Amino acid sequence: MTIIERPTTEVAVAGGAPSGVKPSEALGVFKRPAASTSWRDWIVTVDHKKLGIMYGVSAFFFFLIGGVEALLIRLQLIAPNGKVLNADQYNQMFTMHATTMVFLFVMPMAAAFANYFVPLQIGARDVAFPRINAFGFWCFLFGGLFLNSSWFLGGGADGGWFMYAPNSSTLFSPSHGIDFWTVGLQITGIASLTGAINLIVTILNMRTKGMKMMRMPIFTWMVLVTQFLLLFAIPVITVALFLLTFQRSFGATFFDVASGADPLLWQHLFWIFGHPEVYIMILPSFGIVSEVIPVFSKKPLFGYPIVAMSGAAIGFVGWGVWAHHMFASGLGPVSVAVFSMSTMAIAVPTGVKIVNWVMTMWGGKLTFTIPMMFAIALIVQFTIGGLSGVTHAVAPADTQQTDTYYIVAHFHYVLFGGAVFGLFSGFYYWWPKMFRRQLNNAIGKWNFWLMVIGMNLTFGPMHILGLQGQPRRMQVWTEARAGEGFFNLGFWNRIASIGSFTLGTGVLLFLVNVVYTHKSKKVAIAPLDPWDARSLEWMTQSPPQEHNFDVLPTVSHLDEFFHRKYETDSSTHGVTQVRSAEEVMAELNAHPDEHIHMPSRSYWPILLASSLPVIGYGVIYNRTLMAVGAGLILLTMFGWAMEPSTSPDDDFDPPAPGEGGGHTKELSPLG
Amino acid sequence: MAETAISHDHDASHGAHSSTGLSNNKLGMWMFLGSECLLFGGLISTYMLYKGRVNSGPQPNKIFDIPFTSVSSFVLLMSSLTMVLAVSAAQRKDERNMNLWLIITALLGATFVGGQVYEFTSFYREGLGFTTSLFGSSFYTLTGFHGVHVSVGIIMLMALVGMNRNNRIPGDRAEVVELIGLYWHFVDIVWIVIFTLVYLIPS
Repeated sequence: MTIIERPTTEVAVAGGAPSGVKPSEALGVFKRPAASTSWRDWIVTVDHKKLGIMYGVSAFFFFLIGGVEALLIRLQLIAPNGKVLNADQYNQMFTMHATTMVFLFVMPMAAAFANYFVPLQIGARDVAFPRINAFGFWCFLFGGLFLNSSWFLGGGADGGWFMYAPNSSTLFSPSHGIDFWTVGLQITGIASLTGAINLIVTILNMRTKGMKMMRMPIFTWMVLVTQFLLLFAIPVITVALFLLTFQRSFGATFFDVASGADPLLWQHLFWIFGHPEVYIMILPSFGIVSEVIPVFSKKPLFGYPIVAMSGAAIGFVGWGVWAHHMFASGLGPVSVAVFSMSTMAIAVPTGVKIVNWVMTMWGGKLTFTIPMMFAIALIVQFTIGGLSGVTHAVAPADTQQTDTYYIVAHFHYVLFGGAVFGLFSGFYYWWPKMFRRQLNNAIGKWNFWLMVIGMNLTFGPMHILGLQGQPRRMQVWTEARAGEGFFNLGFWNRIASIGSFTLGTGVLLFLVNVVYTHKSKKVAIAPLDPWDARSLEWMTQSPPQEHNFDVLPTVSHLDEFFHRKYETDSSTHGVTQVRSAEEVMAELNAHPDEHIHMPSRSYWPILLASSLPVIGYGVIYNRTLMAVGAGLILLTMFGWAMEPSTSPDDDFDPPAPGEGGGHTKELSPLG
Repeated sequence: MAETAISHDHDASHGAHSSTGLSNNKLGMWMFLGSECLLFGGLISTYMLYKGRVNSGPQPNKIFDIPFTSVSSFVLLMSSLTMVLAVSAAQRKDERNMNLWLIITALLGATFVGGQVYEFTSFYREGLGFTTSLFGSSFYTLTGFHGVHVSVGIIMLMALVGMNRNNRIPGDRAEVVELIGLYWHFVDIVWIVIFTLVYLIPS
């Protein structure tokens, strides 16, 4: 909030440049970018909503790439002795599929929602560090592109997404794929780390008046927990990736058994990051459905504090379960017993959440809109995945299941049935907020059912395949060893492949829906409050103006927007609507804030982020290039530091009385 | 690189209306330092696992020069004292002393880094290369990461002095100095842990 309330002269004076010349111009590098509506504005923007959309579009692009990789895998396995991919290509395909989905789709898509909606939900006008926010996005995008550029430079990484040592050494993987992987993830890691710091500070520090922690919407709560997990998990994978880069590019022997190294070091470092990562992926989706279910049940969330605290509990216990990924590595009975118990324990707060969602729906007036359907599907599918997860907690059973398709079935039920369904629920729920149009219901239904049926057809049979012993990461199966009757592996593999294409069609229908919604003349402008929603982000226009709220609301309730629309009748304990959404907004905006001062656009985030892949290519190909990259980073950082984050003279002011028109005035161009 | 970015991003607030009472920048710096704990935690764990694994090349106790490293550690710790004096001068708006103490802090830090460079070269001459043994790899990685952190700190200190001279520090100058101070003290504390675990406790 203070962004806007700071006296504007402070920056101007601090600049010390002659009057009329902005400090960045005085430095003689760039003129500060001015507001515009062209594509250039997307390059220099620091607006959290634009960045949210950019995160979303880029992540969806990577989702499609990862999806094609998955379809190629299933095409290879549709029939015995598949010829679509050779063994090497198959290795690259499953490695890059998992890496893309985890690091370039689910995480940044959650970041997209967090960026867009957290400031709106807590009643802030922007995030705490707008330029760092932009920097984070560009790091993610350039990191992802860098990682995928390996396809054109000798092939992708081929060691599995957890890249176990010593299989990841140059002896077993001589191509540059793994080098691209380590450096690319390092760059996207910077995005996650800066994003985490930014969002934590935003949530802790920039809540509007009266927005206590226990009045924050659950989505914001879950984002907060996720960002703390990222804050502490990312440095651990950073260490692991550095060690692997040093081994592959600089001759160190951290994971080389012949030199006396312990390859389990990699597994520990990876999973100390990797297990919190699982919750990093699922908790934002839990947050989304915790918003969606109360709205479409017409009831407040059952046990709000319990849902918030169970999320925090997952965040804590999530640090004590990593070795359940390593039961088969010979940890010893004490470690196995301890991690087995903690893994069972973490099922409790997760189960608590599921109970709370069900209890929210219990007795509610349910409306089965598309977001609600995805939310309910999440509950069902995630519960199935959670139950198979509990069977992994039993170490003897897990030893049997390790590296079989049963594991693949489990984590796709929790990740696709959980995380991805939650994200799709979010797409349909918040689309009218972001774009002023509601996605089409009929196409949405097809989208939903094809995805649900497709995912169950794809991943359901993998339980059977896995318990029968079909190993993961095998590029062919043969008819001779396929078994008979119900346990015929060939039959179930075929079903899974058919299911994957059903799933793919479902996802494509989402794109069709988006195009239809935005191209068709028949689609009407969505109303201000299409779902009768409960939280602050709906208390401003759609899409929100750059400064989010003309007046920052003062919050006195959990579900503030709902309480402004409805009042409780003390005799009947029923609620009656007393104001429409439009009336609530008109009341709020009766006296708009003056001198709203927003952070200014900047070239530096994209320039600094684009120096990172230069270092990356340098590590792989040419040491001089590394030095060039490092020099670029120093230069761009210096430029960044010299540019005040807010230029003095762009103000939003409410229109003068009688002037009429919209709520906002466009930014006046600078310089 | 996130560290300099954050410490130079004085945009948002100066604690006037923040929900926690801390300014955004300070809270952000604390979060970043919390994250750094895990970074050094991972590096230190790696070193502790590998410190005894010497297939070839010198053993740790053969090459460590404890008196020399003690002196350079003392220099680094003293730089925390001068940093405190710089922060205190900044809070008193005593610009001359602030600049003086910042420069002295940077010089002490540079002395430490210089000592590390000298130490690395002499270890290398005695036969401990980066790839000689697991001990060598993990020793150079751990202390190297720390050295890079000190160097980044020096750059930040010098940038601060330079920006202050041109009156380019936006916002609350005392707080900016304090933030860099937080980073600097953190790096010192990490060195106390590294010095104890790597040099003082015999393997």
